[in-house]
Amino acid sequence: MGELSIKRHSSDFKKGVQAGISIGIGYFPIALTFGLLAKSSGLSIVETVLMSLLVFAGASQYISLSLLSYGTGIMEIILTTLIVNIRHFLMSTTMNEKCEEDRLVNKMIYSFGITDETFSVAATKEGTVTTPFMFGLIAVSYSSWVVNSGIGHLVGASLPKTLQESMGVALYAMFIGLLVPSLKKSRKVAMLAVLAGVFNSIFTIEKWLAPGWAIVSATVLSAVVIEAVELLNRKRGIQHEK
Amino acid sequence: MKNNIILMIIGMSVVTYIPRMLPFVLFKGKELPPFIQGVLKNVPYATLGALIFPGILLIHKDIWYGLIGAGAAFFAAYLGANVIITVLGAILVVALYSLI
Repeated sequence: MGELSIKRHSSDFKKGVQAGISIGIGYFPIALTFGLLAKSSGLSIVETVLMSLLVFAGASQYISLSLLSYGTGIMEIILTTLIVNIRHFLMSTTMNEKCEEDRLVNKMIYSFGITDETFSVAATKEGTVTTPFMFGLIAVSYSSWVVNSGIGHLVGASLPKTLQESMGVALYAMFIGLLVPSLKKSRKVAMLAVLAGVFNSIFTIEKWLAPGWAIVSATVLSAVVIEAVELLNRKRGIQHEK
Repeated sequence: MKNNIILMIIGMSVVTYIPRMLPFVLFKGKELPPFIQGVLKNVPYATLGALIFPGILLIHKDIWYGLIGAGAAFFAAYLGANVIITVLGAILVVALYSLI
């Protein structure tokens, strides 16, 4: 019994690691560039790696560098970070419904590793998500992020231009790769994604909202509208049957 | 100055961790009203849509980088390629485009 559960655990961990490889690849160019920019912004290698190690949130780490270079105060930078990263609250709420029941301390550990990318992979996985899967997924993503930030600072040069430019597509290709299988099965999925994409494009391009808020507002708006439409249709369907 | 950077990093890490961790502590799971649970089930697909657009169109000042990459990824995924192949395929196609 104990052995069986250890076997299940190690195979779920492996599955998590495998699922995390595309994130690891996608983080490579972004983390490298972060390390490079951090160096040119005057951060030491210790500070650079420490930020990736403790914060583990790409967009806000980039933003903090540009704010530092404007001479923005530390409290403002921390507040901006909160605003940019508040979207993870929604992602963790979603994951909390999908993850297997487990000790709170385990959930509190892997919750540290909820990013746009790890969330996308875990949330689109079929069935329940286990704790070992989350640990495997996050182990790969986190290592890639931290190690490549350090390498970026150390090497102090970016990839050849062609490679840098073409690797920029990696995470988007991953999001598409995660979306398409569900898209093929369900029209609802297609409508959710298209609607959220349109909302986010409007919010971002019209500069109505800061990037973090734009994504969270577009997501919630699309998820609520589609759910409400479905509920109305279902009610109408029932009346029809009567 | 140096101390300030470390303080800033610690502050950033705290305000980033709290929104990630809090839902696991606040909610037990499955106790939310059905409508909210339905909305939460929609969130992953809506998030993916918002993460893809408009971001992918802005990866390069030449919009075709994003369009061609998206097309390649969509094509590979539609044919049933796994995510890693999809990612590597899209990188390759965009690299080829940039060389032309």
